[in-house]
Amino acid sequence: MSKELIRLRNLVMEFDGERILDDINLYFNDHEFLTLLGPSGCGKTTTLRIIGGFLTPTAGDVLFDGARINDVPPYKRQINTVFQRYALFPHLDVYENIAFGLRISKLPKDEIDRRVMEMLEVVSLKGYENRKITSLSGGQQQRVAIARALVNRPKVLLLDEPLGALDLRLRKDMQNELKRIQQAMGITFIYVTHDQEEALAMSDTIVVMDKGRIQQIGTPEDIYNEPKNAFVADFIGESNILDGIMLEDFRVKFFGRVFTCVDKGFKTNEPVDVVIRPEDIDIVAPEQGHLTGTVTSVTFKGLNYDIIVDFKGFKWLIQTTDFHPVDATIGIRLNPEDIHVMKKSEYSGMFGDYSSYSAEYDELTEDADDEEE
Amino acid sequence: MMKKNNPTPRRHLPVGQALLTAPYILWMLIFILVPLGVVVFYALTDANTGLFTLDNLGKVFTGSFPAIFGRSLWYSLLASLICLVIGYPVAYFIARQKPSVQRTLYMLVMLPMCMSFLLRTLAWVGLLRDTGIINGFLGLFGLGPFNLIRNTGAVILGMVYNYLPYMILPLYSVIMKIDPLLIEAAEDLGCSNRKVFTKVILPLSMPGVISGITMVFVPAVSTFYISQKLGSTGTTMIGDVIESQFKMAHNFNLGAALSLVLMVLIFVCVGVMNHFAGDDKDGGVVI
Repeated sequence: MSKELIRLRNLVMEFDGERILDDINLYFNDHEFLTLLGPSGCGKTTTLRIIGGFLTPTAGDVLFDGARINDVPPYKRQINTVFQRYALFPHLDVYENIAFGLRISKLPKDEIDRRVMEMLEVVSLKGYENRKITSLSGGQQQRVAIARALVNRPKVLLLDEPLGALDLRLRKDMQNELKRIQQAMGITFIYVTHDQEEALAMSDTIVVMDKGRIQQIGTPEDIYNEPKNAFVADFIGESNILDGIMLEDFRVKFFGRVFTCVDKGFKTNEPVDVVIRPEDIDIVAPEQGHLTGTVTSVTFKGLNYDIIVDFKGFKWLIQTTDFHPVDATIGIRLNPEDIHVMKKSEYSGMFGDYSSYSAEYDELTEDADDEEE
Repeated sequence: MMKKNNPTPRRHLPVGQALLTAPYILWMLIFILVPLGVVVFYALTDANTGLFTLDNLGKVFTGSFPAIFGRSLWYSLLASLICLVIGYPVAYFIARQKPSVQRTLYMLVMLPMCMSFLLRTLAWVGLLRDTGIINGFLGLFGLGPFNLIRNTGAVILGMVYNYLPYMILPLYSVIMKIDPLLIEAAEDLGCSNRKVFTKVILPLSMPGVISGITMVFVPAVSTFYISQKLGSTGTTMIGDVIESQFKMAHNFNLGAALSLVLMVLIFVCVGVMNHFAGDDKDGGVVI
């Protein structure tokens, strides 16, 4: 990571008196792949549109290379955007769509030709230059949109849920493709998505947002392993979140039992949220377990089984490769590094209980496909 | 955008559906094809003998007729272009308003069309004539009277006034459908407001431009009455000549021949225009 390129300072955005962004402070480094991640309506697209210049913030500053650019119109910014619905020009063919920005800046013909052809190669669309936009598939249109933006060699590329309309397989391919292009061209990518897997797979830095506020900033590993609050723990992956008491450093009590953990720095006897990831839990014979519970539901997921286990009325999600039938009694063991302790937050008690398993789980895996405007 | 790649295979309509179209097919036969046949018949027969002849068609290309044809085409083209210049900004303005405002403005554009064509033209006589409202008003300030009527300008004004809605409406419906995201994309790629217009909005509204010009040009070129009321003998248009052949000269055969030639000329003009529009006729009127 090198120098800072963009900084958002005390950014506030209001529409009709409703606060969409609430005091956003964030910086973007050069050559970084940064993802704004959050559910619909969290303010991520609004943030992106402010950076692109399509919205003017109600308050706060946007700095580019140290200069305030709040009032610089989009066409004067060294930033290009890949739009959610591609926004390709239907009256132009593939070649002319990609060449559009270069023609506007009146580059010599041979240079335009060279750069467009080069770009077509980068996005694997060689031979498609004279095709009509309407004759392309979603994935191909997507790649034209990326080429059209990248051919201008912007300092920053903004991507607004660019893979949202593609099917799962194509989405995975394009994720790798985007990451490869970003690394090859050394351009800062600011990526907006509500898909946590996508964010984890591609990003250098993830910014988790909710309700117009930044919940956590960190590397994918940080975000996953050390979520700051119940919202982040629940939004990124699956989490069992329990009420606990931090007795002292490295000792946390929940379910009436004291566990050793790796967290410290809390007040004595501070109430906390305890996160346990479903894949970290070891299943053992009932008599060897720290806790014993009863299996209430089993779902085969291909890679593993998702089982719901009832511990004294609180239901946990556990992922296991071994089959355990419904009504079986099992024991579990928790290693110190499997237990993650978080401070209580406004989200405490809202997430991480799998008592209403099926409904919530489906909602989480599929997430909302609705677009955020 | 229409998808042209996957044409649905031709299917025969079920009998019930075919029967539903029967009234219109009958209508077409009786009121379109048969009258057209009658026009062709009159154009190609002699008034006295009723035998086949090309004389009527021959006469169309003699005397003052070619000049009048030329004048009609020229005036209509001029009127279409003036309608375009006036109508485009109006259509663009309407298309960029809130939906509720759009509906109101749309109604206002439509409103004159609810009034009789003849009345609208007569109203202009009252406005423009030497003792009319405009000269009367200017007279209050000791100006004029100006010669505002019985000239080419008045005829073209009448045509523009009468046919302007036919230009605005197709333009409006095409401009309204342009995705605002495309405008953002153009700005993002370096277009100033002016470039956004010339590189994206104007090309994308071409179907509306072609359709608007066609819808003004076709009725304008065959129009009558406007020139009679607002023009002079030097501005006679072919529609007026055809009318007089039927109503005054009672030469049905020559009138029919003139109509037929006019029809062919319109076909050619519209064909040329559609050709300029390229092969992308989405939203355009194809005649």
